[in-house]
Amino acid sequence: MRGKPAYLGVDVGSVSTNLVLLDEDEKVLEALYLKTGGQPVKAVQEGLARLSEEAAGEVRVVGVGATGSGRQLTGVVVGADIVKNEITAHAVAALQRFPGVRTILEIGGQDSKIIIIRQGVVVDFAMNTVCAAGTGSFLDRQAARLGVAIEDFGALALQSEHPVRIAGRCAVFAESDMVHKQQMGHTTEDITRGLCQALVRNFLNNVAKGKEIQPPVAFQGGVAANVGMRQAFEEALAMEVNVPTYFGVMGAIGAALLAKEEMARRPRQTCFRGFEMSRTDFRTTSFECDGCPNHCEVIEIYLNAILAARWGGRCDRWDQLERSHLVAGGKQLLTSL
Amino acid sequence: MKVTFPHMGTLWVAAKAILEDLDLEVVVPPRPTTRTMNLGVKHSPEFACLPLKLCVGNYLEAFERGADAIVMAGGIGPCRFGYYAQVEREILNDLGYSYRMIVLEPPKGHLSDLVNEIKGFTGQRSLRRIYQAALFGYRKLGALDAIERRTNQVRVDEAARGGTGHAVQKATALIDRAASMDDLKTALARGLEVLDQVPRKESGDPLKIGLVGEVYMLLEPYVNLDIERQLGEMGVLVERHVYLTDWVRSHLTADFLRFDHEREMRQAAKPYLGHWVGGHGVETIGNSVLYARRGFDGVIQVAPLTCMPEIVARSLLPVVSQDHGIPFLSLFLDEHAGEAGLRTRLEAFVDLLERRREQRRRRASTLSLEVAGHSR
Ligand code: SF4
Repeated sequence: MRGKPAYLGVDVGSVSTNLVLLDEDEKVLEALYLKTGGQPVKAVQEGLARLSEEAAGEVRVVGVGATGSGRQLTGVVVGADIVKNEITAHAVAALQRFPGVRTILEIGGQDSKIIIIRQGVVVDFAMNTVCAAGTGSFLDRQAARLGVAIEDFGALALQSEHPVRIAGRCAVFAESDMVHKQQMGHTTEDITRGLCQALVRNFLNNVAKGKEIQPPVAFQGGVAANVGMRQAFEEALAMEVNVPTYFGVMGAIGAALLAKEEMARRPRQTCFRGFEMSRTDFRTTSFECDGCPNHCEVIEIYLNAILAARWGGRCDRWDQLERSHLVAGGKQLLTSL
Repeated sequence: MKVTFPHMGTLWVAAKAILEDLDLEVVVPPRPTTRTMNLGVKHSPEFACLPLKLCVGNYLEAFERGADAIVMAGGIGPCRFGYYAQVEREILNDLGYSYRMIVLEPPKGHLSDLVNEIKGFTGQRSLRRIYQAALFGYRKLGALDAIERRTNQVRVDEAARGGTGHAVQKATALIDRAASMDDLKTALARGLEVLDQVPRKESGDPLKIGLVGEVYMLLEPYVNLDIERQLGEMGVLVERHVYLTDWVRSHLTADFLRFDHEREMRQAAKPYLGHWVGGHGVETIGNSVLYARRGFDGVIQVAPLTCMPEIVARSLLPVVSQDHGIPFLSLFLDEHAGEAGLRTRLEAFVDLLERRREQRRRRASTLSLEVAGHSR
């Protein structure tokens, strides 16, 4: 065994897939941010291939954590030792970076959330449910509409002195109102800043409604790159808002930290399939079960043509099959890889 | 005449027993599925709450199986449930179904009203017959409650995930088949035995979560996305504030029966909510307090989207949570509720409780160290 021990964290969301390698001291060795592009398995494999180029010789992965909306799938594909929800993962990462943090604002591609922490533990949280007006994808779309590169969006917003008030109740309102303001001849600077403020209002009224926001505040997720958004939060909350260095991959960092915690609690050999798995053939398929009128969409993952996992049914009809298959060959295969 | 009724958890077992006991032909609607939901959603007002939509779906599916009469519970007070039976009747009329509808309203203190309604519906059956049938049904409910309580205990430490599922089905079927009081006793004993035979593992000290909220959403696994099973499989011991027998007692036999728990619950709710707001608003608050007193780790409120009594309760829960140091999670669900999103919230809530407990333990141990230090 060569290389220094490292922990791998993988966060697969609907928009982005992030991978992080942490060393024993919880320092970030490598961090990757990729587009999921509707193909989570491919994104994970590509990420592992890139990590392997960068670091495979120098590190030895001793623990793997998976998180994000695609955590179950990711867990099977990479061979995770622990699979955790993204709220816990984000909180763990923020706490490591800012031990005294009391409020976490997180805005990603599809989801946004607020996590309330007191004395080092999560005491409350909320996620956006229906409205997409407070998410990264929405911002991306509006930037495109304004002809502004998303990287420049925040800087542009900072230049505005007379922000335009944009109705941010929901994505549809905000979009049409923005177009309207554009047609009235407002400058792009003023509109971008107005949009940031609308997004923040939307977040505070929808996601953070009723939550007691206390400093120190951490702002993370892809949208935290946007200095306009950070400023809009600081104005609205009248407090300083901290953006961690690795704001975009905090979920993956959290997953890696959780893996470390897990391996310390129950020492064992990692289930990690190795960086080579980026070359194994994973196929996910799905079918509609006709066992009853629920017509569940059942997901299957094949690993080199052998069924490795299956889920998605509302009853346990397919769970049972999964188990028998796994015992009959899949399992050895899973562990031997 | 072929009678049907809406599903609510395992209520069908008892409803079927009672009606068959009165020599009526019964059509148990198929267990709610996505199809039921789609049918109901299509034919119900958009802003009606989930229970109404699913009931309508139940009726339409029962109709396909030949039912032509419905027994339905009515209600009183400020919750919409009270006129659901009427709304449902209108919906079915508009769709061209000629269903006969029998509404069992909670008698405002008069048991005779209830009996008359049942009598009008069962023809010339004697009071004694009705009473016996009702009692038998009630006993079945009691047996089902016992099975459900045991299920949650068994599931926390099932050795293989999903192991409990089949045992529950088997136990429920046993209760369903019991034809007499004696039968029922054996069936219950046998059912509990089946559950106890599920392979178990050592679970240590599981987290305890109390479920509060609107009764239909709590009792019908289809609409709550099987929350009890999901939590159980995460290793959480679940208890809900209302079981079928409680519902029947408090709903159909209403206020002339006062129970200790009921009084205690109202007392506990009083500082926050001193008057009835319909539905289960007071129960949600009162039972949250009681769960906190019993040392539960957390409370989850489950309610249909737009449910007024539960919204009132929701707005009071933060104060209850603060005063009693018990975290809560509110889930307001409708037909758009996604399983993945719910799963993430449940997992995060369970993590929250676990980490909180760990931290408390650590604090407690440093505290005792300090105390030891002082005494030295
Ligand atoms: S998986 Fe189960 S619940 Fe889903 S459609 Fe098939 S039989 Fe029905």
